[in-house]
Amino acid sequence: MTMNSVGRPTAPETAAAAPIGTFTGNRGLAVEEPLLFEIGRHDVTGVDLDEPGRFAPRLGAHMRRAPIDLPGLSEPEAVRHYVRLSQKNYAIDSGLYPLGSCTMKHNPRLNEKMARLPGIADIHPLQPLSTVSGAVELMAELGRWLLEMTGMRAVALSPKAGAHGELCGMMAIKAAVEARGEARPIVLVPESAHGTNPATAALLGFRVVPVPARADGTVDPEAVRKLLSPQVAAIMLTNPNTCGLFERDVVEIARAVHEAGAYFYCDGANFNAIVGKAKVGELGVDAMHINLHKTFSTPHGGGGPGAGPVVLSHRLAAFAPLPFVRMEAEGPRLVESEAELAEGETPFGRMVAFHGQMGMYVRALAYMLSHGADGLKQASEDAVLNANYVRAGLRDLFSQPFGDRPCMHEVLFDDSFLDGTGVTTLDFAKAMIDEGYHPMTMYFPLVVHGAMLIEPTESESKASLDLFVATLRDLAMRARAGETDRFKAAPRYAPRRRLDETRAARTPKLKWEPPAPFEQAAE
Amino acid sequence: MRYLPHSEADRQAMLRAIGVGAIDDLFLDIPEPLRVGALDLPRRAGELSVERTIGRMAAKNVAAGSVPFFVGAGAYRHHVPASVDHLIQRSEFLTSYTPYQPEITQGTLQVLFEFQTQVAHLTGMEVANASMYDGSTATAEAVLMAHRVTRRKKAVLSGGLHPHYRAVVEGLSKLASDTVAALPPDPAGTEDILAAIDAETSCVVVQSPSVYGQLIDLAPIAQKAHAVGALLVAVFTEVVSLGLVEPPGAQGADIVVGEGQGLGNALSFGGPYVGLFATRAKYVRQMPGRLCGETVDADGRRGFVLTLSTREQHIRRDKATSNICTNSGLCALAFSIHTTLLGETGLARLARINHMNAVALAESLSELAGVSVLNDSFFNEFTLRVPGDAASVVEALAERGVLGGVPVSRLEPGRPELADLILVASTEINTDEDRAAYAAALAEVL
Repeated sequence: MTMNSVGRPTAPETAAAAPIGTFTGNRGLAVEEPLLFEIGRHDVTGVDLDEPGRFAPRLGAHMRRAPIDLPGLSEPEAVRHYVRLSQKNYAIDSGLYPLGSCTMKHNPRLNEKMARLPGIADIHPLQPLSTVSGAVELMAELGRWLLEMTGMRAVALSPKAGAHGELCGMMAIKAAVEARGEARPIVLVPESAHGTNPATAALLGFRVVPVPARADGTVDPEAVRKLLSPQVAAIMLTNPNTCGLFERDVVEIARAVHEAGAYFYCDGANFNAIVGKAKVGELGVDAMHINLHKTFSTPHGGGGPGAGPVVLSHRLAAFAPLPFVRMEAEGPRLVESEAELAEGETPFGRMVAFHGQMGMYVRALAYMLSHGADGLKQASEDAVLNANYVRAGLRDLFSQPFGDRPCMHEVLFDDSFLDGTGVTTLDFAKAMIDEGYHPMTMYFPLVVHGAMLIEPTESESKASLDLFVATLRDLAMRARAGETDRFKAAPRYAPRRRLDETRAARTPKLKWEPPAPFEQAAE
Repeated sequence: MRYLPHSEADRQAMLRAIGVGAIDDLFLDIPEPLRVGALDLPRRAGELSVERTIGRMAAKNVAAGSVPFFVGAGAYRHHVPASVDHLIQRSEFLTSYTPYQPEITQGTLQVLFEFQTQVAHLTGMEVANASMYDGSTATAEAVLMAHRVTRRKKAVLSGGLHPHYRAVVEGLSKLASDTVAALPPDPAGTEDILAAIDAETSCVVVQSPSVYGQLIDLAPIAQKAHAVGALLVAVFTEVVSLGLVEPPGAQGADIVVGEGQGLGNALSFGGPYVGLFATRAKYVRQMPGRLCGETVDADGRRGFVLTLSTREQHIRRDKATSNICTNSGLCALAFSIHTTLLGETGLARLARINHMNAVALAESLSELAGVSVLNDSFFNEFTLRVPGDAASVVEALAERGVLGGVPVSRLEPGRPELADLILVASTEINTDEDRAAYAAALAEVL
């Protein structure tokens, strides 16, 4: 053994290390963290505030009577609590995040810096408009970029997420139908659509009629034509679709929809594939939401906030909700109320209090300015290149439901390559976790059995994709070689092993409850 | 381009591996005439250039922190501890997706579980969800939920409800063919809302403190609503008020919704914010939005998952309770961290300071000739009546470097009877000097 002068060993011993239990339950850097409610105390605070002096309150009879039951932590305890929790998360900053349809690309830190400028983060939505001209200018500039990229007429910036944008677009369509004095109770939605599409249509009282996909994974204009009637208000089509394919008959579908007096809503979740390559306005789209948190890289934050601006064609532009930015000779103007409307502006109402997600607008604009027209196009091309590179690397071992053909920014496999192995899509995904990867989107779209939808995005290098492909190939071969246990027991190396979702749903425990007193617990 | 890793050689090698000659061979499904030549937009720009462009726009705005600032009306400027913004920028929180794979997203999930508990405690309710977009959309969702629970379609809205919230509810209801009975604006807090509740009513929506700052006794409204089988939806726009005032849950509310921006989140010109949504346990399956629940893993260790997702759009599609998917995860985190740092002691103290500052301001301003405070009760915001046009007064104050509040006419245009009212808020950020500056400036412009 090598020793230094005070007897400290300086080279590792070679004894084999079998897994051991630890007293703490921790495993080195993987630390168990109790709930806030188990470590906080009601009389501890991490914020120093001076106790106010005596004054005559003006709360009337509305003073709180009982304590809130809100434990506090000092600053060091709070920092440690949340840092430890953060360490249990996978993130795009730490690894490839191939969730199909979610576009987990790099989140530039410049954008975070811009969003925190006092002239952005520290302005109030209702302070005098004379004191926020830069904010209105920023909204106008974002709108200009979105309209140029899409070839559309108008933009409603305020929706707060993709589904909220869908709602905005469908409200504009319903308002337009009603303005024509018509009642069209039906919306057509392809079976491959995101669940938000039918849910949105139903929120507005529409009846959803599904459109079947044809054998190649796209929508057949003939099938649409058969379903169209004076009862149909709109079709909600995702393009590129959730199978990762561009709807090549989109123009014909749009024409048929318009001929029937209906509108074409496009789900823009997959816009990342076609920025700078095609303008949706020229495809015949009437409304499309743009997920700024996907295509334009505002961070997902563990489930939001997002932003879902909606671009509108000349058929729907007049119905854009309040508030909106109107370009006037003196510059952009924020129109907030019906009292300020001009001729031809007939907003259907308002989607949100205030003006939408300024914090996301500025991040998205910083992303757009950084890329420029050339960089945006390159990003789309690289996203498509990367998805096809993964497809090419896996096509001999994995099964493509619609044949071996180029995809857009995401590649779809089904589970037939696992037939007879006893390994399911879920097992396969969980085994990826042990290899250090976030799984792909599973079991979506619904039109494919055991779907695996992989979207690598343009942020991944060739070396990163090579390792990813090699890893998936190794797993596929192990599955076929009968190493079923590797998959069924996965994940082994995550902060938690598989969680019992049935139990969570059957006896919902949705907030912390104090442990039962000892006598009760003993019963 | 600094965000794109490929070299040209990489791209060529990858195209060869795919088996195509050029990148456009991968775009053949886009019909040729529809392919874009070039976008009429500038070329790529380095960090410095982007900072200059956006910095120029930001510099044209007057930041709240640079002036005596008294603007509220649904968004409030509070001091947020430095550690909050540091922690939410941890890569693992900031750049993670919705926790669909619970084994590797326990961080986000445990935060959501703690957030849900904090919101339930603050509102005095049994369950809370994992957040909505903001207070206004949470209110619209609460109305839809009440319609599902009661199988009725008429919402009664108090005249104290924030006019933007009312507009969001009305817009959606109109297009969904539901009925809304909105009472006229009620600055004095004297409306007879009990008379508006009838056997068709699904829910009555009441904000307290109201948009005019008035604290409302919810208990009799709950009683009347329940007597006819309707629900009480209680709304708040200033969450800090819950540190000092009786929570809606203790007054019989069935659904409590509100804006959580006041804790942990910047003003950001209106978003992103965080909608809070809480209700009674018996209605949980009619709730919109994500819910995080406790369970165990294969080794029996405690863990958390998204649960009751059979309510949600990705499972139930057109039968879902809402279309919401992405919500306000990171804003909920900021809210939760700030709440944790405050704790019971800190939040109660913060709320008292807010109230004290608002009381001091109300007393000081109402000493001016012709100026009066309408409220008989308030928390940190009140309605000021000034002689003359409130919008001009607020503009004149701004010219003197004081952001003095929101003229009610901005929220309720076309109502001359409200044209002399200003909503004025004061939080812990205001100093004695700020208040003195306001009083002096107001005296000058009147």
